[in-house]
Amino acid sequence: MPDTFAPGTRVTVRSAFPPGHIRTPAYLRGATGEVERVLGPFGNPERLAYNLPAEKLPLYRVRFRLGDLFDGADRPDDTLEAEIFAHWLEPA
Amino acid sequence: MPHDHPEHSHEGMSPSGHPYRADQDGPLTRSQVMEIAIRELLIEKGVLTADQIASQIDAMDARNPANGAQVVARAWADPAFRDRLLTDGSAACGEMGFDVGPMKLIAVENTDALHNIIVCTLCSCYPRNLLGLPPDWYKSRAYRSRTVREPRKVLAEFGVTLPDDVEVRVHDSTADMRYLVVPRRPDGTEDLDEAGLAALVTRDSMIGTGIAKTPE
Repeated sequence: MPDTFAPGTRVTVRSAFPPGHIRTPAYLRGATGEVERVLGPFGNPERLAYNLPAEKLPLYRVRFRLGDLFDGADRPDDTLEAEIFAHWLEPA
Repeated sequence: MPHDHPEHSHEGMSPSGHPYRADQDGPLTRSQVMEIAIRELLIEKGVLTADQIASQIDAMDARNPANGAQVVARAWADPAFRDRLLTDGSAACGEMGFDVGPMKLIAVENTDALHNIIVCTLCSCYPRNLLGLPPDWYKSRAYRSRTVREPRKVLAEFGVTLPDDVEVRVHDSTADMRYLVVPRRPDGTEDLDEAGLAALVTRDSMIGTGIAKTPE
């Protein structure tokens, strides 16, 4: 897991479905987008949710094209941005 | 007469024609029991007083969209503040005395070419310090699921129809950020001061489901 994806880097959200409190929406898993900005670090919510010691992770705002997320998107070039923790991202 | 529905009787209805809400005669839920237990323990052990708890609830209830409207009005009136707000929303709101708390604020600006709209698909994240409590529809499954998939249809249902050359950008509040839309400043507002500008900024315009009002 790289520490930093610079803004503009193409990244893919891991397509994984572990149990527990996950703040990576299912509709974005497997999708590819571009880092808009780097935030954080913030505590890993998957551990904070259970009152466990939580490592701090970079948090990325990633921009996606709606056409890359949904088949038949009304306007494929409209965009969506979401915050994704570092351990959910891989270089595209 | 309002609510005059010939097809059914008004028996059991309030004078305004709506059904009375049922009394809460059922048992408490686990969460309700836990809340009461923790609140009573905090008071019994001297951690907090009942008055402090009531005051905090009062403070939370007092937050409302007028706070956010002041921030937007200043961004419209003061280009340097606008730049600071778009660069670091939390710090800029702090300048005005609005503490955003542990969450961070990102302000996104609507322009001739871009319209922003905010949603929280996972729950109901909302910039409460600036806008107060979220409206019920913001927490509905329909708004949360449809806004990411068909934002223009959702916008049209709110009465916002955008030209084809305006990009729609949806912001899903998935983690530690909260979002405030800075709507486009309406035409014909050159002579207004910040208070006059703030009166044009609606709650929905700061969520992105509306646009700012035009002066009368």
